[in-house]
Amino acid sequence: MAERHITNDDLVEILHLINRTYGYDFSDYSRASIKRRIHRSMDMSNLETAYELKFRLANDAEYFRWFLEVLTVNVTEMFRDPEFYTELREKVFPALATYPIIKIWHAGCATGEEVYSMAIMLKEAGLLERAKIYATDLNPLNIEKAKKGITSLQHVKSYTHNYIRSGGKTDFSDYYSAQYGAAIISSELRKNILFSQHNLVTDQVFNEFQLICCRNVLIYFNKDLQNRVISLFYDSLSPMGYLAIGTKESLLFTEVRDRFEVISAENKIFRRKKSSTSIK
Amino acid sequence: MTEVVAIGGSAGSLPVVMAILKALPVAFDYTVIVVIHRLKNVVSEMERILAEASNLNIREPEDKEPIKKGIVYLAPQNYHLQIEADRTFSLDYSEPVNYSRPSIDVTFECVATVFKGRSVAILLSGANADGAAGLGKVIENGGTGIVQEPNTADYKLMPQAAIDKNKRALRQSPDDIVDYVSTVNSSQKPRE
Repeated sequence: MAERHITNDDLVEILHLINRTYGYDFSDYSRASIKRRIHRSMDMSNLETAYELKFRLANDAEYFRWFLEVLTVNVTEMFRDPEFYTELREKVFPALATYPIIKIWHAGCATGEEVYSMAIMLKEAGLLERAKIYATDLNPLNIEKAKKGITSLQHVKSYTHNYIRSGGKTDFSDYYSAQYGAAIISSELRKNILFSQHNLVTDQVFNEFQLICCRNVLIYFNKDLQNRVISLFYDSLSPMGYLAIGTKESLLFTEVRDRFEVISAENKIFRRKKSSTSIK
Repeated sequence: MTEVVAIGGSAGSLPVVMAILKALPVAFDYTVIVVIHRLKNVVSEMERILAEASNLNIREPEDKEPIKKGIVYLAPQNYHLQIEADRTFSLDYSEPVNYSRPSIDVTFECVATVFKGRSVAILLSGANADGAAGLGKVIENGGTGIVQEPNTADYKLMPQAAIDKNKRALRQSPDDIVDYVSTVNSSQKPRE
């Protein structure tokens, strides 16, 4: 890898420029990650200096669309952490089943792999018909990809393995059709999912949910932003609604930890306590 | 004064990591960070194995956890382990670096950036070139870079790549590495 190094001052200027020009605010993202992402984008586009990068960003909207793809982490997989899905089925689904309409929010859904995993689980629990899944991401390209429900066949083997370990009830191949080296998620799973753009940094509460899944998104935020986003989730949950975060993410370092009770310490599933007051 | 000892290894490194941890004093006034390549999506026993072998306080850090002295932190499987300027860990689930997640380069580079000359990086046996660049960053920032003598490694590629890339890296046998680590900042009592 080439030796490209941007200073903290460069970083602040680059993020400011992006916010001013394109309206995406990355200033409260975790510094270590965002710096690596920017270095990576510079490597990939053969830019040597922070000045060159700023010039491109300021003058080339098409370049920014590409840059946004690199900057935001879109790595995801189906049934990642199979034990999480097992616990979700055992500890959360029985409560969800008591609602006439089950509203679920996947915040920061990237290209949708976890959303489709959830749809499969709901179907197997007989809940999919009553479910409405809102899947959001800040990147419009991700939303386009997620809507298509197409994944590469090369990943399907490991997804199948994860699915079996999570306690899946049928044959994973029932849920996709293989065509031209791609796996297309069956349309039955897609019909109750609404994909749309939403930015956790700047956008607000838009509905009330019984379950919010936001796994491995908070790790890219600094503590301040984590606090704000967890508060947004709190305000978006119905009383006794559930919040699932990544297995290495924590509410412990946030201000709102006392407003949630722990359902699974291992797999990071929490429940909003009953009190109905808003944080704000 | 050393604040962080960072240890990276891949195939063939576990016995050396265990030997180092066993030789640590019961109480030590720096932080140990271990990055070992391992399988993803499998509930890992590594934390338990290392803790039982060494009787030390070993933990996989959570995101935004403050870094403390006297603790051995183990990079969680399937995440990159980074360090922020305010001395908290931050995790990252972006694409593998050098085919690896956790990547040793990612952690070593953060150690170099945050702890500068008060850091020691140790790179052990392994079958790919991860860690070589990060070890270079540690040395460049005034820290100490130690590489397991390739002839003593089960897999030579990783230590050899680091030596080729870093002329100022120290080559040491596992025994020498254990001696080195057990005397960091020391006059502390060795363990029984």
